[in-house]
Amino acid sequence: MILNDEVELLRKVPLFSGVQPAKLKLLAFTSDRMVFTPGQELMRQGDVGDAAYLILSGDADIIIDSANGPLKVAQIGKNDFAGEMAILRGVPRSATVVAINEVTTLKITKEAFLQMLEDTPRIALEVLRVLTQRLEATTIDLSKAREKMHAAGIE
Amino acid sequence: MLGLVVLSLPFYFLSLDLPRMLVNGPIQGSGFESPDATVLFARIAVQPPAFLHGWMGGSAWVLFDGFMLTRVPYLVAMSCGLLALVAVNGIFKFRINTLKGRLGERMLRRLRYQLFDHVLRFPAMHLRRLRQAEIASMIKDEVESLGGFIGDAFVQPAYLGGLAITAMAFIMMQNIWLGLVAGAIVLAQAFLIPKLRKRILVLGRARQIAARELAGRVGEVIEGGMEVHAHDTSNFERAEIGQRLGNIFNIRYEIYWRKFFVKFLNNFLAQVTPFIFYSVGGYLAIIGLLDIGQLVAALVAYKELPSPVKELIDWDQQRMDAQIKYEEVISQFNPAGLLEPHLQDIDANDEMPEGGVLSATRLTLDDDAGVKLIDGVSFSFDTASHIAITGSPSSGKEYIGLLLARLIPPASGRLSIGGTDMASFPEAVTGRRISYADGDSVLFARSVRDNMLYGLMHRPETLANGQAVNSREYKKSIVEARLSGNPEFDLRSDWIDYRAAGAQGPYDIDSYISAALDAVNLSEDIYQLGLRGSINMYDNPLLTENILSARRVLRDLLRESGDAALVESFDPDRFNHNATLGENLLFGTAVGATFSHGILSDDPYLMSVLNATGLTAELVRMGYAIAETMVEIFAGLAPGHPFFDQFSFIAADDLPLYQEILTRAGKLALDNLPFGDQRMLLGLPFDYVEARHRLGLIDGRMENLLLDARRRFAANLPPEYRGAIEFYDPEKYNSAATLLDNILFGRSLYGQVESQARIGVLINEIVSELNLRWEIFKVGLKFNVGVSGRHLSAVQRQKLTLARAILKRPALLVANDALGALDARSQQAILDNLKEFFAGSGLVWIVSQPVLAKGFDKILLIEDGKIAEQGDFEVLSQNGARFAKLLAAS
Repeated sequence: MILNDEVELLRKVPLFSGVQPAKLKLLAFTSDRMVFTPGQELMRQGDVGDAAYLILSGDADIIIDSANGPLKVAQIGKNDFAGEMAILRGVPRSATVVAINEVTTLKITKEAFLQMLEDTPRIALEVLRVLTQRLEATTIDLSKAREKMHAAGIE
Repeated sequence: MLGLVVLSLPFYFLSLDLPRMLVNGPIQGSGFESPDATVLFARIAVQPPAFLHGWMGGSAWVLFDGFMLTRVPYLVAMSCGLLALVAVNGIFKFRINTLKGRLGERMLRRLRYQLFDHVLRFPAMHLRRLRQAEIASMIKDEVESLGGFIGDAFVQPAYLGGLAITAMAFIMMQNIWLGLVAGAIVLAQAFLIPKLRKRILVLGRARQIAARELAGRVGEVIEGGMEVHAHDTSNFERAEIGQRLGNIFNIRYEIYWRKFFVKFLNNFLAQVTPFIFYSVGGYLAIIGLLDIGQLVAALVAYKELPSPVKELIDWDQQRMDAQIKYEEVISQFNPAGLLEPHLQDIDANDEMPEGGVLSATRLTLDDDAGVKLIDGVSFSFDTASHIAITGSPSSGKEYIGLLLARLIPPASGRLSIGGTDMASFPEAVTGRRISYADGDSVLFARSVRDNMLYGLMHRPETLANGQAVNSREYKKSIVEARLSGNPEFDLRSDWIDYRAAGAQGPYDIDSYISAALDAVNLSEDIYQLGLRGSINMYDNPLLTENILSARRVLRDLLRESGDAALVESFDPDRFNHNATLGENLLFGTAVGATFSHGILSDDPYLMSVLNATGLTAELVRMGYAIAETMVEIFAGLAPGHPFFDQFSFIAADDLPLYQEILTRAGKLALDNLPFGDQRMLLGLPFDYVEARHRLGLIDGRMENLLLDARRRFAANLPPEYRGAIEFYDPEKYNSAATLLDNILFGRSLYGQVESQARIGVLINEIVSELNLRWEIFKVGLKFNVGVSGRHLSAVQRQKLTLARAILKRPALLVANDALGALDARSQQAILDNLKEFFAGSGLVWIVSQPVLAKGFDKILLIEDGKIAEQGDFEVLSQNGARFAKLLAAS
């Protein structure tokens, strides 16, 4: 897949909608396309994060090591980001991501990603917005879970 | 040589006398009163001295009767005689000068050698305080003028003095008054000039010291280059050096001023004499007291006189100068505590007292300021036991290590092994039976192997091979060495003491080196260096053959395991999408600068190939597309942005240039662009990698064109390019590429997860399977570590110096925080190996982390230069309050 196609793909990613094509092109140019086979790990919980992955096609499981062994907490797919939290905060990976089928990703290095945010406030805002959305969803999930627990009389 | 000088003087006298005879005889005609008068020529007779007259008779012994000549032939004969004398004098001068030069060079060689010999005998603490550049400049530059002078020291005054006295005597014989006048002026010169020059000598010495200090400072700044940048002190250093240069300028200028004033005075005095000669001598000639021939001869003789006199005065100045320099240099090379020569005797007995207990009694050590670094320390241990010495960084524990290795002598107190005072041990014992390493141990700019063997090179173990010994050059070199007081050892003999390492000889020493490197966990690193090293096909045909097998096995393995996507192999008939366009064209490894990175588009041959295949226009079009993309995506970035270095084809500074070209190209067709613009665009695509940059610039048609160019490039390569490139050939070893690249024979694919790591695992498997590890390891041993080992990491350097210290299997190893650059866990792993390695022999391990003292027979805890606690780990960690505290704190 050549650069221009990748840029076209990136434009369809909600995070990047509305970002100038030249900036997207720079992002694509400074990133590597990585293909994972089913079962391969995109990242492992506890490792140092040096890149974020944008999934261009395919699906992956997000798994957390819990006291009762590995626990699947979510599934991500096309146009989703994986690993951006670790590079934003400089902390180890909070979860393991495993490819379910063949997963094509754009591997964006920490440096390129942060530089991109600095250079283009527009993208920074987009990232912020998506993260806030996610936080909102998590808060709703949490309160629902609390309600359920409350209803079940645990607490 | 002095005899030669004396022998030359009569000829010199004759050459002075001949002009008088010429002028008075054939020219003025005395003795030729009649046209056919003849004169006796070339009669050689010796008049016996008067006291022999009674015995031998008063008549002269005639050696040669001579022959009679008329006036003109006599003139010709006399003139030829003069010419012959000039030649003879010249030959004398030539011979004396060469002999003089040889003497001087021998003395220079001797002097330099002795200075270096003294450096090798400097006490270790003194060496540490020295500025290397100063010492090096003294040995190299400052004594050079001394060597030159030494040849002149004796010959010059004899020769010049002889010349001057001969000339003076000759003038005296012509006329006693003229002689006295000339003599008086010469004496005045000889008295006055040296007085004036005294100040110049003092200045000369100041200049010498200032220049040496300059060299030392420049050396220091270079060594501390990082500090200069880290603290932004470059301008302070500029000012400092500028100040020194100004100082040197002032001294030098004053020297010039005085030198030329003296010269002026000298010349003036020299010119006063002819004035007297012309006036007084002329008057004497007019009144008939002096004939014209005498006056001319006296003038000629006087003309000869100033130069020997002047040179004599110069010589005297040089003598004083040399003396000052000599004393100045010598004083630098005779520090207190210079080692006695017998301690470094090459034939000294290297036996260490058997079954010894090492005991230290009331050891003290002071620093320059008299502060006690070690203060009355007493301890003892079995030389076959393992001792740990620990303490805080400022405890002074490292000095105990230096004392134990006898690298520094104690200020007072005694160290003995088996009752023998260590001070009496020659270095043959302290350097062979005892071994020492610390964190700052130095590696030399040689291979890993040579650095390892350095610890075994105490003396020549074999003679140089017979043919070399019997050669004329060898014998001559030995004679010369002897005459200059240099050592007569041959550097070409084998200096390596294989048996000390446990080996039999050169053929099995490598396995002992390997064992020592294993003990410090460095073997894997050396193997990796070997994998990234290159070998010449002709030097090691077996290994290159095996590397080719590895290449085939890897390719099969990749195909079988379905990992074929990891590497794109070089195939002469296919375009490689993971290699640069330039590499695809050359299809080989560049050797030297011709085809090196970045200047491919400048090469006329490559350009001719591109023109012939019609690629030039295509590449310009590619360059245009690349420039367009680069300008589009990089134009918004600040010029210093790291992306330019990492990703851009175009440097930030050049971006506006390409922008202009793109604007021009928007109006004109590419073919009509100015030639310079086309060249700029043409330079871009050579670094383009389709799989990495993904601009979609290489389609099937381009691939075919490029393959066509690749074939033409190789087929028509002109002879002068043969050495500049080594082509990729699937069936051939590539001597210009690394072993790793030879096995891989391709480029790893972009966009593959962890491809490097996976390839590494595969190659390791293949290397083990084909048993190549050992051979590759040996290639790694040839890796040059660079000046002070800079091509290695700090950790690797420390490991290597420790390995060097254990290769000689010492009876006692003193490791003075030798692995300080490693973390505690890695140190412990190596320590475990060493304890095994040193089972039954002595190990003194000086270490900052007390936890690493576990498992030693005895631990000494040093505080403020004294022993605070001693005992084994179990006892100290429970009962020893201070050790336990230190342990808890770490």
